[in-house]
Amino acid sequence: MVDVRYDIAFKLYPYEKTAAIGAAPVRHPVVIIGGGPVGMAAALDLGRKGTPVLVLDDHEGVGQGSRAICFAKRTLEICDRLGAGQAMVDKGVVWNVGKVFRGDQKVFEFNLQPEDGHKAPAFINLQQPYFEKYLVDAIRKAQSDGCPIEIRGQNAVTGITVHDDHVGVDIDTPDGPYQLEADWLIACDGARSPTRDMLGLRFDGRVFEDNFLIADVKMTADFPTERWFWFEPPFKDSGASALLHKQPDDIWRIDFQLGWDIDRAKELKPENIRARVDAMLGEGADYTLEWTSIYTFQCRRMENFRHGRVLFAGDSAHQVSPFGARGANSGVQDADNLAWKLDLVVKGRAPESLLDSYSQERVHGADENILNSTRATDFLTPKSAISKVFRNAVLELAQKHAFARPLVNSGRLSVPCVYDGLSLNGPDDLNGPARSRVGASCADAPMADGFLLEQLGGDFTVLALNTAPPDVADVDGIAVRTIELDTARDDPSGAIAARYLGEEPHGIYLIRPDQHVVARWASADAADIKGAVRTATGRGQ
Amino acid sequence: MKLNLAPNINDPDGFYDELLGAHSGLSKDESDAFNARLILVLANHIGDRDILRAALEAAK
Repeated sequence: MVDVRYDIAFKLYPYEKTAAIGAAPVRHPVVIIGGGPVGMAAALDLGRKGTPVLVLDDHEGVGQGSRAICFAKRTLEICDRLGAGQAMVDKGVVWNVGKVFRGDQKVFEFNLQPEDGHKAPAFINLQQPYFEKYLVDAIRKAQSDGCPIEIRGQNAVTGITVHDDHVGVDIDTPDGPYQLEADWLIACDGARSPTRDMLGLRFDGRVFEDNFLIADVKMTADFPTERWFWFEPPFKDSGASALLHKQPDDIWRIDFQLGWDIDRAKELKPENIRARVDAMLGEGADYTLEWTSIYTFQCRRMENFRHGRVLFAGDSAHQVSPFGARGANSGVQDADNLAWKLDLVVKGRAPESLLDSYSQERVHGADENILNSTRATDFLTPKSAISKVFRNAVLELAQKHAFARPLVNSGRLSVPCVYDGLSLNGPDDLNGPARSRVGASCADAPMADGFLLEQLGGDFTVLALNTAPPDVADVDGIAVRTIELDTARDDPSGAIAARYLGEEPHGIYLIRPDQHVVARWASADAADIKGAVRTATGRGQ
Repeated sequence: MKLNLAPNINDPDGFYDELLGAHSGLSKDESDAFNARLILVLANHIGDRDILRAALEAAK
């Protein structure tokens, strides 16, 4: 038996009886538990690199409900590298303007004003089911191109046995149980990760005592495509804060902060939700309730995202509050960080210890996300009388004075972390812009034809700007591509020079497969490149 | 720059009078809110995080 825990929005991987039932356990190089955004992104990345990967999901497709709706530029860039980004941008709602209200007074408005010269917008709003569907569409395309990816729907993992050199996995299906073996297991099974529980691992952190009611409503309204956020909203019974935000298909996300002591069943009754929505939208507003939910949240993470041959990614490894859109976005960055490392380890081109850097780097990212999300939450729900006094003082001052506006915190929107000072980093021997320093993810920029990140792709890449690159095509079996640019010729907008050279006349960057900077130099020889590739693949100098 | 903890206000009695005067007629809640706004205005004027940190320490 496989329990149905939720209804399906898109049936993407219908159950098929596997030949593995009744046969001896088969060994797989990589098995992923959970076919959500993180699991599918990891599967797609690994499969496109040629590493065979099997995804086990206990349902047959994407669950209903918009859930994660706000996808950030870095996520879209990663998905673009994986062949799924354009569909997301085409369907998503691009937004730049946010307004912050207190009661019925507008405190201020902001414009994200994305920097020119990036292929991806700063943010799109897109329902999570679409996000997952486009990843699976890209997997189907990759499969037809021969990429070794398999998805098994309605295959529920019921047991895990960890051995020194592999992991045994017990699976239940509508046709009965079977077992398989995995050289490596990636647990992408969500905040309540059964894998984590089966291994008896801790998930420590802080619980926030608050309930948030989500009402996704469908209506044709002439509200602008902006993020509207209210502190102390003026509408009846709307709680301590409220949010209104547009999604595709005429769906609007409405969020009410209800406090801690509530009767969940009562608040979820459609008539009670409608009363709140009516108060916000005005009597007589014509809408239908598409999806409703009450959620509470925690900020917590596992101490280590690698446990031998089991790797945790996404919500199974770390959980944040939703303010700032740092959940799904950071999970996709986990997949981006892990896939190239695991690919090299599976192919025998890097030591297993490279996977420890996955944990090191993504723990660093998770801590930054938890810090930002905790600060936003503390601003939204002041925890003491004096913190409320200061919060309200900020809101009052922000109405009149620009200086107070940066202190207003209704969520700091997700940006990728920089792996400052971590173990895979090479030398920073270029006096270039701080944004492109060692450990940072590469900024996009327009080329004569297309964009820089499209050129970087997913291999180790030497980017030589206004100087001849050293001749390195391969370091111990790891391919190294070279891109040589002359900014007088190849940089029509000047953005490449501004973002990578600053005042310097020339420079050489070594870039990882996940498009983070390994090292940069004013000038470098082949030995410099080889040393930095070895450092970045966990083999020292 | 270091946090200046030497006397630095001209006419200290006059300033003190103005400070209390700003609170006159306010309820406790209004006074608390006024103080919070005042701290934020002054902190922004100082701006320097090291000096602000030293001030937070000095006020303990």
